[in-house]
Amino acid sequence: MAKVTIDGKTIEVADGTTILQAARMIGPDVAPPTMCYHSKLKTSGGYCRTCLVEVTKGSEKDPRPMPKLVASCRTNVMDGMEVGNLTSPKVIEARKGVVEFLLLNHPLDCPICDQAGECHLQDLGYEHGSAKTRTDFERRTFEKISLGDKIQLHMTRCILCYRCVKVADQITDNRVHGVLNRGDHSEISTYIENVIDNDFSGNVIDVCPVGALTDKTFRFKSRVWFTKPVCAHRNCDKCSGKVHLWYKGEEVLRVTGRKDQWGEVEEFICNTCRFDKKKTSDWEIDGPAPVNRHSVISANHYQTLKMGSEFKLNDVKPLSITEGEGS
Amino acid sequence: MQLTNRSKVVVKKEMTFVEKLYLPAIFSGLSITIKHLFKKKATLRYPEVTREFAPVYRGMHVLKRDEQGRENCTACGLCAVACPAEAITMDAAERNKGEENLYREEKYAAKYEINMLRCIYCGLCEEACPKDAIYLTDRIVHSEYTRGKFVFGKDVLVEKVDERIDITKRKKTYKID
Repeated sequence: MAKVTIDGKTIEVADGTTILQAARMIGPDVAPPTMCYHSKLKTSGGYCRTCLVEVTKGSEKDPRPMPKLVASCRTNVMDGMEVGNLTSPKVIEARKGVVEFLLLNHPLDCPICDQAGECHLQDLGYEHGSAKTRTDFERRTFEKISLGDKIQLHMTRCILCYRCVKVADQITDNRVHGVLNRGDHSEISTYIENVIDNDFSGNVIDVCPVGALTDKTFRFKSRVWFTKPVCAHRNCDKCSGKVHLWYKGEEVLRVTGRKDQWGEVEEFICNTCRFDKKKTSDWEIDGPAPVNRHSVISANHYQTLKMGSEFKLNDVKPLSITEGEGS
Repeated sequence: MQLTNRSKVVVKKEMTFVEKLYLPAIFSGLSITIKHLFKKKATLRYPEVTREFAPVYRGMHVLKRDEQGRENCTACGLCAVACPAEAITMDAAERNKGEENLYREEKYAAKYEINMLRCIYCGLCEEACPKDAIYLTDRIVHSEYTRGKFVFGKDVLVEKVDERIDITKRKKTYKID
């Protein structure tokens, strides 16, 4: 066991836990933001540098501070370690720089992008970035690519987090896409725009932290804050069948995997559930999905939804605002 | 509690002889009336003459086009989520090849409706718009015979290419440090 202090809060965790996991165990107040790390994907993390933290005390035996900021998703805790995240001005400054780097080539097309409202980069830029860009250079641009008839790839928005590559490696049995070229020229692509037709290929949409991989069946249908996420399940022989249905009125616009409080998918779902089952009759509805009170999705009078068996879509009265407990 | 010094205490007392004649009171009243005849009129002969509006007046909305006549609105939905009266609804569509001169970006509003009976003219939609697309103008929403006609669609809201609506007085520029 190792005792680690993050932003003045102490927790005892098992050896081999990373600083990021320990911080998440303490709570969302001290957890560093992440873009490339995904808890359900092995060997993810270490690319984006958003989770940089300052280690002010290495361990009980060797109390020297670490000379540079470290990526918390790839650094294991030591007994007696002291970590500064939001309390460290060095980290705040470095994170601002990281966001600036991530946004160097990222287009500011949030009004068009389907991910807007649930985009991690949007949140990150809002919380840690500066409101102004300093570069004078043109952003790199790519043509839109269709990966099959269900997935749209906007390479211009990609921040090269490698999450989709890891999904293809670990969840599906055959990967046909990857990162081509090097450095500034690197891009997610398939050879000769190969069609991704694996049963679990749709999960690349869910793991993409930005709007680079989006659902073509949901393309421009609605903004996320006009839809209401609802937990639902069905008996599926390929996956767990536990999903979020995104309702607009009585129509299911989109099906995604259930995401936890860190925005990471809990269980990967198959393409049949994601793309083909878009009727309420296909699903057993469990109740409203938990949405952070500060999320723009809850701007849509979301709390009027009832729990469990009481839930019927006809009960949703959009104009009666009741005081419910926060999600 | 006394709010102003203009209140008079009403006292019931016998009138004097001059007061009983009533003539001084009549003439002082008439003189006030005649004075008003020569004063500047407070009313205007609308609609021949219209009053000048304050630059911040918030009247009927306009959906702007850019210099090349393309619609600015990309149906991002920020005006609708900002609207406290929930008056705005929209449907988005993807721009096809060959429509580049109609819409500025790859997504556009296929349907854009404002319910003018719901609208409270607060101007938050204008504040929320990231694309300089929606502005409130000094135009007045005219009365109609049925409620349904107050749901204004794109045919009313989008400005015509050849008759642009001037919003320079309302345009705000923000400076980011």
